[in-house]
Amino acid sequence: MLYNTIDFGSDIMYDVIVIGGGHAGCEASLASARLGKKTLLITGKIKNIADMPCNPSIGGPAKGIIVREIDALGGEMAKNIDKSFLQMKMLNTKKGPAVRALRAQADKVTYQKEMQDTILNQKNLEVLEAMAEDLEVVDNKFKAVVLADGTQIEGKSVVITTGTYLKGMVLYGDTKISSGPHDEKPSLHLSDALKRIGFTIKRLKTGTPPRIKKDTIDFSKATIQPGDKELYNFSFSNTPNYNPDEQIPCHLIYTTPETHKIIKENLTKSSMYGGYVEGVGPRYCPSIEDKIVKFADKERHQIFLEPESLYYDDIYIQGFSTSMPRDIQEKMVHSLPGLEHAEIVKYAYAIEYDAIDSLQLKPSLESKIVENLYTAGQINGTSGYEEAAGQGLIAGINAARKIDGKEPIVLKRNEAYIGVLIDDLVTKGVIDPYRLLTSRAEYRLLLRHDNANIRLMKYGYDIGLIDKKEYKKFERLLRDIELLKELLKTIKITPKEETNNYLESLGSAKLLDSITLYDLLKRPEIEFESIKKYIEEDFDKDVIEQVVINIKYDGYISKENKEVEKMLEYEKILLSEDLDYSKVPNLAKEAVQKLNEIKPINVGQALRISGVNPADITMLLLYLKRNRNE
Amino acid sequence: MNDIIVAISTSLGKGAISIIRLSGEGCIQLVNNHFKGKNLTKVDSHTINYGYIIDNSKIIDQVLISVMKAPKTYTREDVVEINCHGGIAATNKILELMILNGARLAEPGEFTKRAFLNGRIDLVEAEAVMDLINSKTEKARIQSVNQLEGRLTNIIRKFRQELLELLANIEVNIDYPEYEDIEVVTIDNIKDKVKEMNTSLNNIIKESENRKIIKDGINVAIVGRPNVGKSSILNKLLGENKAIVTDIAGTTRDIVEGSITLNGIELNFIDTAGIRNTEDVVEKYGVEKSIEEINKADLVIFVLNNNEELTNDDIELINKLKNKKYITVINKKDLEQKLDISKYELNNVIYTDTISMDGIESLKDKIIELFNLEEIEQNDVDIFTSTRQITLAKECLPILKDVEEGVINNVPVDMVSIDIKRIWTLLGEILGENYSEELIDQLFSQFCLGK
Repeated sequence: MLYNTIDFGSDIMYDVIVIGGGHAGCEASLASARLGKKTLLITGKIKNIADMPCNPSIGGPAKGIIVREIDALGGEMAKNIDKSFLQMKMLNTKKGPAVRALRAQADKVTYQKEMQDTILNQKNLEVLEAMAEDLEVVDNKFKAVVLADGTQIEGKSVVITTGTYLKGMVLYGDTKISSGPHDEKPSLHLSDALKRIGFTIKRLKTGTPPRIKKDTIDFSKATIQPGDKELYNFSFSNTPNYNPDEQIPCHLIYTTPETHKIIKENLTKSSMYGGYVEGVGPRYCPSIEDKIVKFADKERHQIFLEPESLYYDDIYIQGFSTSMPRDIQEKMVHSLPGLEHAEIVKYAYAIEYDAIDSLQLKPSLESKIVENLYTAGQINGTSGYEEAAGQGLIAGINAARKIDGKEPIVLKRNEAYIGVLIDDLVTKGVIDPYRLLTSRAEYRLLLRHDNANIRLMKYGYDIGLIDKKEYKKFERLLRDIELLKELLKTIKITPKEETNNYLESLGSAKLLDSITLYDLLKRPEIEFESIKKYIEEDFDKDVIEQVVINIKYDGYISKENKEVEKMLEYEKILLSEDLDYSKVPNLAKEAVQKLNEIKPINVGQALRISGVNPADITMLLLYLKRNRNE
Repeated sequence: MNDIIVAISTSLGKGAISIIRLSGEGCIQLVNNHFKGKNLTKVDSHTINYGYIIDNSKIIDQVLISVMKAPKTYTREDVVEINCHGGIAATNKILELMILNGARLAEPGEFTKRAFLNGRIDLVEAEAVMDLINSKTEKARIQSVNQLEGRLTNIIRKFRQELLELLANIEVNIDYPEYEDIEVVTIDNIKDKVKEMNTSLNNIIKESENRKIIKDGINVAIVGRPNVGKSSILNKLLGENKAIVTDIAGTTRDIVEGSITLNGIELNFIDTAGIRNTEDVVEKYGVEKSIEEINKADLVIFVLNNNEELTNDDIELINKLKNKKYITVINKKDLEQKLDISKYELNNVIYTDTISMDGIESLKDKIIELFNLEEIEQNDVDIFTSTRQITLAKECLPILKDVEEGVINNVPVDMVSIDIKRIWTLLGEILGENYSEELIDQLFSQFCLGK
């Protein structure tokens, strides 16, 4: 239901109020509403719900895996991109299955429209167009959200997902304008409210490249980058069904010596190099000026031209984010091949915004300072739609569960990238905007995109976001996997001449003894396709994929599982939230301070805190042991 | 925390007995798998059991094994202590055997750490234990770390750095698959690096083991049929009047060692007692006993009698010597030659006689030559100085092999990187830079290895 104004009668009390309708807010409000909680989503502009203010794509390495995890847990992002992509591509196909990742170019218009439809039609979910500017907190418990006009809306809990809108400041060269993306109003006072109630506020920065009018680009000077011929989907619930030839391509070009010259000559005019930026920018997503300064020996850099939508003509210049003033941007863009006469529709800009210190959060994403207050997305110092959505989903789920008196959902580092992400946030904190990378996961062979359902769908079902029908389908998949495994273990082939000739033709060694198909598949050169003819039954692609990966990479998977076991031993030793670490004898000062600040939930987490030494952990364990004995 | 840890509990070096201690779930079974004697899994707790440690039915050493079942043990876990002969070779061999079959080399102080974690002792006690273990070993430990200075540290550091760069590069390839600016790590990059590392590490290990021989001595077995003159050769080597043979009688573990120093290197003669005591009487040791000694020895002095024809026993021994460093001593050259060895390719043949010192100098020269003693003295080579370092380095070898195999089998680089990361961690442990993921090592690392 949609309200532009609400009649706030005396008995209106929401279970969960979500502030902000970005990717985190969408997942949080949908999850809470679907779990039967009376939910309100407050957003500055309804038409900006699920906006993609930066790159027009969803997924990619690590991120694509999060999207699948969101799906397995019962979130919306995967389903939504499946309805709105322009192009699908599986990345890292030449590498191992652990790092394969799906990425879609999104139609920004369709993506938003589909998500808005879902939100506006969701039972238990109301949407209010307004600016939240203050919070009412009583006895360190969340009480109400205060709107710009002074209206108070009471709720049992709140999830704050304000993205880059907290004191948003847009920069072009030396120009600095108080604004959110798309000239939207920023939230000017909410971060002051957060500061007042005890949050540490930090300033972060991000940026976005210019958008070019499509008709003014000469694509003949670019290399075409089409989508994959094979069909893919993010969601486990859909079977892909589209015409791969109708996918919209991207294009690749390179910077020219002229581009580099322009940038070098005008470096001090950029907001960054001119010293106009206070916020800390992301290391992994450098501006073009950064690339040219830091990698001076590179003669050229790749630039991708990506379509944003079928409904308008903007082309996103991936790899060309900058904070140069507009006149310089014109020159820079025109120095690119095929863009000599390009017309800039939107200029690139840098944006600064307030974020909280994520160390002030529990692994449930509830704050340690104010009970029933959750935060998710860029406000926690992350970057990326997928990272935001993953947190939003967990925050929404946990806000709803707390109302029911249930334990929060905390995913472990060996269970999900979402688990790695949140654990990093609440254990290590954030200095520059945090992007999830595969290298942040210790056990990435276990955290594959293909097995996200196997890892997480049971959680999704137990939480209540995966329905019975869907879950039955999943259980069938599990049964089929077992069935195929058994079959492969029982079917034997014998060293007949015909068989051996066949194996030789596949570049595989002759058989001397009979061998099970299971063992035959262990040979690196033997694909499932080659042995299919020995099996009568038909199996789904997904089933085969799981079985084959588990057979082929068994050795490596066992190695990782061994490491996981070690970690879980430490995670079993729980630490109480009430534990005052200054009472633990012989702890180093820094350790006391860090442990009291972070309040790890178990020894495994305590171990990952920087500044806490193994010796401190010894003292802690000793203290726990003595207390237990008393 | 329950994996099996193992360490040599007694100080490394010469001693009548060495104790190898294991702790953790399944350690009794593990030892029993390599034990000839009573079934250790069935014996009462806190009993001492006599038998042999065997490796694929080959006897490594005669031992006494203490079996102590949880919880009344030092660590509150199942504990096994293997009392073996004090020779470096046998002790290391048993340690290696346990590590190769599932035990993990204990970190410094890990037994005490477990005792502490399992609630057996508290921290104060732990510190007391630390004091007990005394500063001498502590110094020795620090010293052994310090000895790993200079070039070798740099070599290991360089390896680690290269691996780290490789890892970082692989990661970037994964996270930024479409960026051409970044060099793509290929199988070839990995193959070359790993090959180089494997060769280099292998050389260092080999050299280190050589040098350990220099430091700890060379175990020499004198074998041959009764009455060929083993005893006289031994006595001449030891020097008739200053034989430093010691004898600890009264236990089944009697070990008698004689040793001499050659070019500063110690030669330890195995089972000198056997030779001395039985030479004049009927020798009770058969060929089997000799073979056992051959296996234990770094160097075999194989003695034949010039005055007798070759027997089947001799031929059997000759066959066993093929892969060993050995010297053939043909004794009693002053007597009539009945021996004909022309059918056999025997190495390093030296003639001696029973009365004069003839040939003994050539024997000594031969030993020096065989072990390159002079050369090693002069060369300043890079070596690991502690068993811990050698063991860690050796642990890298099979993983390096995994990497190579992975590369050959076209396993994707991101999989191979799992192994590369592990090697990187192990090399770090050699440098003492990170005891990976070990929870509370800092404090306890002040302990010497094993306790």
